[in-house]
Amino acid sequence: MGNKMTMTKRLATCLAALALGLAGSALAAGGGAKLDAANNDVGNSASLQRGARNFMNYCSGCHSAKYVRYNTLGDALGLSEDQLIENLMFNAEKTHETINVAMRAGDAGNWFGQVPPDLSLIARSLGPDHIYTFLRSYYVDDNSATGWGNSLKTVSMPHVLWELEGIKAKVEHHADDESEEAGHADDAVKFETISAGSLSAEEYDQFVRDTVNFLAFVAEPVQLKRQRYGGWVMAFLRIFGLLSYGLKKEIWKDV
Amino acid sequence: MARAESDVRIGQQDKGGVMDWVKARFPLDSMLKEHVTEYYASKNFNIWYVFGVLSMVVLVIQLLTGIFLTMNYKPSAAEAFASVEYIMRDVEFGWLIRYMHSTGASACFVVVYLHMFRAMMYGSYKKPRELIWIIGMLIFIALMAEAFLGYLLPWGQMSYWGAQVIVSLFGAIPGIGEPLVDLIRGDYSISDITLNRFFALHVIALPLALIMLVVVHILALHEVGSNNPDGIEIKEKKDADGVPLDGVAFHPYHTSKDLVAIVVFLAIFFAVVFFAPEMGGYFLEHANFEPANRLKTPEHIAPVWYFTPFYAILRAVPHKLTGVVLMGAAVLLPLFLPWLDRSRVRSIRYKGWMTKTALTLFVIAFIGLGYLGLQPSTGIYVFLAQVLTIVYFAFFLLMPFYSKAEKTKPVPDRVVYHG
Repeated sequence: MGNKMTMTKRLATCLAALALGLAGSALAAGGGAKLDAANNDVGNSASLQRGARNFMNYCSGCHSAKYVRYNTLGDALGLSEDQLIENLMFNAEKTHETINVAMRAGDAGNWFGQVPPDLSLIARSLGPDHIYTFLRSYYVDDNSATGWGNSLKTVSMPHVLWELEGIKAKVEHHADDESEEAGHADDAVKFETISAGSLSAEEYDQFVRDTVNFLAFVAEPVQLKRQRYGGWVMAFLRIFGLLSYGLKKEIWKDV
Repeated sequence: MARAESDVRIGQQDKGGVMDWVKARFPLDSMLKEHVTEYYASKNFNIWYVFGVLSMVVLVIQLLTGIFLTMNYKPSAAEAFASVEYIMRDVEFGWLIRYMHSTGASACFVVVYLHMFRAMMYGSYKKPRELIWIIGMLIFIALMAEAFLGYLLPWGQMSYWGAQVIVSLFGAIPGIGEPLVDLIRGDYSISDITLNRFFALHVIALPLALIMLVVVHILALHEVGSNNPDGIEIKEKKDADGVPLDGVAFHPYHTSKDLVAIVVFLAIFFAVVFFAPEMGGYFLEHANFEPANRLKTPEHIAPVWYFTPFYAILRAVPHKLTGVVLMGAAVLLPLFLPWLDRSRVRSIRYKGWMTKTALTLFVIAFIGLGYLGLQPSTGIYVFLAQVLTIVYFAFFLLMPFYSKAEKTKPVPDRVVYHG
């Protein structure tokens, strides 16, 4: 009897350990660049609403989200159809349509050197932290075509949020700086403010966080719902598991 | 049998119900007896014996979810990526079906690797079960092909470039390499044409082959009977009715035990599906959420985790053809286990310290290679992969010597069972 119980227990722990082991050693996505944590929360609908506003006002002019329907946003953000049309839809779209851009791909390619990527899945391919860091890493760079550089990666996109963040310059890093511990010189890029924007540093971070949060949500609109379903499925399997274990014990009684 | 025959005379009124009608025309009773109610397997099966049935469960999950995915998926380079997102966003419960299928692919390899490891531990490949093992290896190879073909279908960056890398491996074959690669792709690069044929192979050819191989695998198993953790033939000790003393009927005994295992498995499976479908980028790679772009090579191309042990062996060798040959050999070598193992006993329980050490080192090498296959191919990683590749091959190639030379423990008459 005791042996049977340990067998089941061992089965559970072994499989669980396997699953957790895989998850625990999670892949560090992307290259070596150090990313700041976005700390966004897709469950926060106020943040999602602000993010949707930010996206529609600052991003959607050039970037499509062609897999995302307007009414998907309405449902998730708790907006009525009128509120949706009033606040987030600036052209003559229908609510069942997806978020497209009017700019032709050929024109965009000529103007920016590349077509602005679709942002439907950007938070899944790059990760929220990447976008959060990216939008906070712009600085003035006289050598680039747009006048803007980005310390995370080379960009063809100008700093569209500069009015909010202000203008920063990159501070050249001196490795031989004596105040720095040898060997522990962290390679985080440092900026200095040239002119302040309309938002404070904290407000700007929150602005970016909300926008990233929105992108994380539209990358997988079902993510909140699936966790809710998951709870029910787990509860069912727990009951079913107990019943099947009882059945097994009953059947094996005489062996 | 005699009664059944008399019932099927033309002109005679059928007696009894539908089941009698069927039984007069189909060997239902004898099949059920042979494979279910009177198939006796050892009563001392431990946790390692659940992964066979779990492989079947995953196969069924993959077949069913696959059918529903096909209803909305579009096998075309222009539409594939968008159709997957359509499934994820607009099809009712499409996300659930898709996550079950993507999680199922990884789950399949988890349970199959554990199932194979069980056979290695308890010598289940040894006489008279060589054929079961060989068919099992064919299933494993078909599974690898099935998983590889399926991975192209979402038409993401990793789908595209992963396929590019793997298909180009055939180019290393001297003489016929390049024409062979063109033949596989049907084009000069991975294209719409490649996607279409991979789709056909993924949804029809390989599933069909897999199902047939699984049926043969089980028929072969039931012909000779299941092994057990002690590696003893339970058929050698029977009672007056010809029932093995240490055996219990597959149904209801093993089925009720398997049911518990299935529920535990499903709990873990659905925990991944509902709470962590990407599994930190292992089950669904981040880069695959970007549509395939033939002009943009990703910085880091890594296959899905279940291929990485073999991928690490490929990259450990500086010479391309040798690497490809070694990778192929690494996949095929286990086929020869029944003849490489020359021990007098089956189970690890009664083998000597050399086999135990070798098997432990093999597990370390396999997991280590799996880890290294995910890392960039530089410096210390390459060196470690080379060391572990040697360990991997040594396990198989030295087996004829250490398995014969070592001192084994005496095998008991009856299975060890603490009821």
